[in-house]
Amino acid sequence: MSLELFRAEIAGWMAANLTGRFAPLVDRGHAGDGDALPELRKEWERRLAEGGWTCPGWPREHGGRGLSVAEQVVFQEEYARAGGPGRLGHIGEGLLGPTLIAFGNEDQKRRFLPGIREGREFWAQGYSEPDAGSDLANIRTRARRDPQTGDWQVTGQKVWTSLAHLSDWIFVLARCEEGSVGPKGLIFLLMKLDQPGVEIRPIRQIGGGAEFNSTFFDDARAKAGDVVGAPGDGWKIGMALLGFERGISTLGQQMGFARELELIVGIARENGAAARPAIRARIARAWAGLRAMRYMAMRMLANDPEPQVQLESLGYKYHWSNWHRDLGRLGMDVLGFSGAIANDDPRVEKLRQLFFFTRADTVYGGTNEIQLNIIAERGLGMPKEPRGPGNMGKA
Amino acid sequence: MDLKLSSDQIFMRDEARRLLADRAGSEQLRKAIDAGGFDAALWKTVGAELGWCAVAVPEDAGGLGLGNLELALLAEECGRRLAPVPFWSTACLAAPLIGAVAAGEARETLLARIAAGEAAAVAMPAPAKVDPLGGELPTARRSGDGWAIDGVVPAVIDGASAAYILVPASADGGLALFAVERADATLETLDGIDLLRPAARLVLAGTKAARIDAERLDRTAFDAALLSARLTLAAEQVGAAQGVLDMTLAYIAERMQFGRTIASFQAVKHRCALLLVEIVEARSLVYGAAQGLDPLEIAAAGALASQVAFRAAEEAIQLHGGVGNTWEYDPHLYFRRAQATANLFGSADEKLALVADALLGAAA
Repeated sequence: MSLELFRAEIAGWMAANLTGRFAPLVDRGHAGDGDALPELRKEWERRLAEGGWTCPGWPREHGGRGLSVAEQVVFQEEYARAGGPGRLGHIGEGLLGPTLIAFGNEDQKRRFLPGIREGREFWAQGYSEPDAGSDLANIRTRARRDPQTGDWQVTGQKVWTSLAHLSDWIFVLARCEEGSVGPKGLIFLLMKLDQPGVEIRPIRQIGGGAEFNSTFFDDARAKAGDVVGAPGDGWKIGMALLGFERGISTLGQQMGFARELELIVGIARENGAAARPAIRARIARAWAGLRAMRYMAMRMLANDPEPQVQLESLGYKYHWSNWHRDLGRLGMDVLGFSGAIANDDPRVEKLRQLFFFTRADTVYGGTNEIQLNIIAERGLGMPKEPRGPGNMGKA
Repeated sequence: MDLKLSSDQIFMRDEARRLLADRAGSEQLRKAIDAGGFDAALWKTVGAELGWCAVAVPEDAGGLGLGNLELALLAEECGRRLAPVPFWSTACLAAPLIGAVAAGEARETLLARIAAGEAAAVAMPAPAKVDPLGGELPTARRSGDGWAIDGVVPAVIDGASAAYILVPASADGGLALFAVERADATLETLDGIDLLRPAARLVLAGTKAARIDAERLDRTAFDAALLSARLTLAAEQVGAAQGVLDMTLAYIAERMQFGRTIASFQAVKHRCALLLVEIVEARSLVYGAAQGLDPLEIAAAGALASQVAFRAAEEAIQLHGGVGNTWEYDPHLYFRRAQATANLFGSADEKLALVADALLGAAA
């Protein structure tokens, strides 16, 4: 099927399905609004699954459609263009699923992949800790093996566990070798959230919402069969998981950015901000940055890109996150004082959330400072940062 | 869907990079500066022997008929080394203009001369305006079988090394395009800040000229042809930014202070990393714009590229420290190029204003 036919098929499906009782979901549930309408969004995940649109990039043998990169990009673009809601299934579909397909055993694939694909089971990510942010390898959460059952007993605290309160399972990086430091001695565990010894507390963000949580483990259990890879391989698996995230969702994300910029342009034309030279210059600069981002992504997503392009792509996260953060401020400046006071116009609330949430863009997934280290060290071959004593972690 | 260079494009780019690394090093640039900002031997190699200028000349006129991306890649490599050759003026400005506007035998002959390695320049009356024709045009009158032109064009880039100069002029109450042989024209060398791309004042006093457009000059075709020049100028600026960053990285990897290389300081690393991010942004927009030749994308690419070219050059001077301020070290050559090109076809502000006008309606 040609890409254009495929594009039309997705657009048609979205138009026919993101309507009626699902209509309230249009443009909802994205960053800053991630905890909106959770029950309806879970139903939406099941609707997507019935249409065969969950996990379209997974191989066919695991229930996916085996779509090419180009086809997945088209899907992401059309989903975003139609105003598709933030995907509650994203962590399962985009992160854990590919990790299990690559590293899980047959039993794990059989038990976990169908729940993800069918929109029945939702996953949270348990990586960061209070003392393991940028220095992710500094994980303190402990996993002790129960000699009776072979289960793992987990104690510690995870933070920024997105949507854990709406999820069924969490994957956890924990330290299974006493006295180990840095990336050594870690284990990758799959844990049910609804069990004794797990407590989820929301973290209220600067915008007022609570999409993230602290998740406390007090001798909570991971079953003996729910270790991915071998104990001690946790870092390798945990980093591979992050690698699955790159790329594919990028052009869909940009479609969302384009909608945000359009919104700001529309308001600027309406309220007279478009007459101000400084606002005009900033809007034009935002447009330029977004076009550049698109072509940058198209260079990165080419099959087997040149080594030079691979190095250049190290700057992609820095670029989009800072562009988006600037856009968040631009939106509020276009609104002017009316953005600073309560308003019935839903567009104002959207821009207000954008303003607050985009502050996190340059922090999560590698802060600006870590990104610049990575670009300098891996992209430009500059000397590595010195480490503190006893810390062998990688940036 | 993807934007990937073909193996032919990569080969062409890498060969150009290798050649210029060998032929346009610091010492060779210094010699070229002494020779008025032009390296005749290098020009012979790239123009006549390697046929770089044939890249965008249509096949029916003796060229290779390749596209704007190829031109941009070569311009980027020229920018990387500040190659003192009139590649941009000839292949990116004059050739597309002739291809789009000239008619009949003149078109064939002039393009064949470019494809064979002769240099050409364009006498734009207002090169610093978004519309480079928006200045006082020379006037042409019929003289015998041909035409004679009068007027002064204040700054013709690469005029001195050109074999012929294209002169937009007013004739019969309209705009027309003429070709003036270098030998027939008076050119006065100018003291420009760019030591490696000289400009000259063109004085036309009843100078013999050949009218090369069809009876009526198609202004739309003229402007469309200028898009190649705008795009490749941005490509050259991206190349210059990359070139001066690479030079800086090499220097700071050697320079020791406090018992360590200055490249090992995070304050220095982050600044270099940020430059790379900005270079990649501009480069990606240039490559993308080369495909569709969208005027707004080209304007945006021009704005980003001129800004990053300046930023990279000023950071190079800063990170070279004291020696960055000496004539002997090369960062100032890039600094000069960055400022000399910053206002070609309009400033970055004016380029972005084109985008703003399209998105928001014309400014009040």
